[in-house]
Amino acid sequence: MERITKVEGNASLTLRVKDDKVTDVNFKISEFKRFYTEAMKGKAVMGVPQLLARICGTCSNAHILASITAGESALGITPSEQTKILRMLTAHGLMIRDHALHLYLFSMPDIYGKDAFLDFDENDAEQHQLLHDGFEVKAAGNFLATLVAGRSVHATYPTIGGFLHFPEKQGIAEAIRKLEAARPAVLRLINIFKEAPFHFKRETTYMALVPEKSYGYLGGKIMTSKGEIFGEDKFREQLERVVIPYSQASGYKYGGEGYMVGALARMDLAKDKLHPNTKESARDALKVFPSADVFQNNLAQAIEILHSIDESVEILKNSTFKAEPIVRAPNRDAVGMGVVEAPRGTLYHKITLGADGIVKEGEVIVPTGQNQINIEQDIGRLVQELLPASPTGGPDTPKEKIEFEIEKLIRAYDPCMSCAAHFLKVNWRKE
Amino acid sequence: MSDEPKKLKIGWFSFSCCEDNTIVMTEVLNDHWADWKKIFDFRYAPVLKSKNIFDEFDIAFVEGAIASPAQEERVKEIRKRSRKLVAIGACAVTGLPSGQRNNFTPAQKEAIQFLVDRFGALPKVLKVSEVVPVDVEVGGCPMNPDDFLGAVNRLVAEMRKSQT
Repeated sequence: MERITKVEGNASLTLRVKDDKVTDVNFKISEFKRFYTEAMKGKAVMGVPQLLARICGTCSNAHILASITAGESALGITPSEQTKILRMLTAHGLMIRDHALHLYLFSMPDIYGKDAFLDFDENDAEQHQLLHDGFEVKAAGNFLATLVAGRSVHATYPTIGGFLHFPEKQGIAEAIRKLEAARPAVLRLINIFKEAPFHFKRETTYMALVPEKSYGYLGGKIMTSKGEIFGEDKFREQLERVVIPYSQASGYKYGGEGYMVGALARMDLAKDKLHPNTKESARDALKVFPSADVFQNNLAQAIEILHSIDESVEILKNSTFKAEPIVRAPNRDAVGMGVVEAPRGTLYHKITLGADGIVKEGEVIVPTGQNQINIEQDIGRLVQELLPASPTGGPDTPKEKIEFEIEKLIRAYDPCMSCAAHFLKVNWRKE
Repeated sequence: MSDEPKKLKIGWFSFSCCEDNTIVMTEVLNDHWADWKKIFDFRYAPVLKSKNIFDEFDIAFVEGAIASPAQEERVKEIRKRSRKLVAIGACAVTGLPSGQRNNFTPAQKEAIQFLVDRFGALPKVLKVSEVVPVDVEVGGCPMNPDDFLGAVNRLVAEMRKSQT
């Protein structure tokens, strides 16, 4: 498959089938490397978050937050309480907008048998409602991110040590209005993905950064579904990097095996910490978790949109923001690490600084890279099950149907190829 | 018989980049989707749809820098089939930041050469206008949504005029 569609970035797939058996699956992230971890060398630390934001156009603000966390860890800077709150709101705005993009524009057309979200029929009451819903939810997330962080894409206000600009009262009131207005749409969204007829069960280890008190994306400890817990600074040493020669991205193993990060992992590990309003409204949907069904990553994302709305509204209603200076610290020879939950999963930044505050080296591990091994294994199994020889396969399932099933599954993972390289071209090799 | 003007055929192409302009476009859609559904035929836009037709375009939007021979060929093909070609975003218009390896020190270039070779990348990352003539540029990292809308509206008006 030449180009996987309705995903972020470029990926292709080569499948080798011999005597009705899948012998090889190469999920190739074909984004050309742009060498950000090389480019950050020799740069001043304060400029690094803005540089690394450009790794990705959609989870850009997650990269900014991870890079800031790594820089502050290196310099020994503790952000103020207000800064932490503003960063949470930045993350919420990101989740709302990015999950909505993925769910409405990428995944929902598959449920309604449409090629594109824009093809939804305005003369059909349900589809008409969904068209309005999708853009309203995205706009609410975009508004929140713009208010708090300056922009949804490559945000300008967050920096190492704090924020450069603070939300105004009028903007806060409008954000609350937009978020509350979007809530009914999200309840409809949750229901659609709860009822969606696609399933793919696969047992795997789940991993996520889990905050201590409430469900969120910043701070806390890394947890796994095997019961392990470790600090951000131990994250990297738990992982084994796997070079995938045909792909422009690296894969990772945990405990010698592939594992999964993302909304499904977060929901499986921490649903009890969701906002009370979310738990109430999504009570039925939450019964699905913990789940080993890859497609429930979509449902988990929908619930996260609700949580992010509920928590943001509560924060905005109960906070006043005032201008604060950036917290500064002298440059020093140091290593810093930052782990955050990006929309698609756990994101890790490491930075090594010289005494002059200039970067010596850095490392970035993105969620899609961590899911790459599972994605490949799952595609192999999916295709195997669709082939004639399999008890579940039909007599000669047409290639187009198999390709569609593969794309649907990949979309459930919500991969971000721009991130993974620093959707789907399938090359079939029948032997 | 409808008096409405024919829909303009749109192609949306992303080369070596972070796709921030694509994300900005999806946010512009929040407010403009209803109008755009009427006036645009998104013929080729893999971010939005699976059944893409690569035939001819009234307006081709190109983001990203050109990093490989295959990308070079592709953008030349796009230029051949498009009445107007709009380079969007800093990477397409200036080559940076995706082309940052062009500015690496000799030591850095040597360190990454095996990867450049492995994936058959170009020796130098190019901006779009180094490969094909560009009709309109909307720079920015990401492009400013109002600048983008302005350019789109101007092009639509221009093409409507030539349609009558």
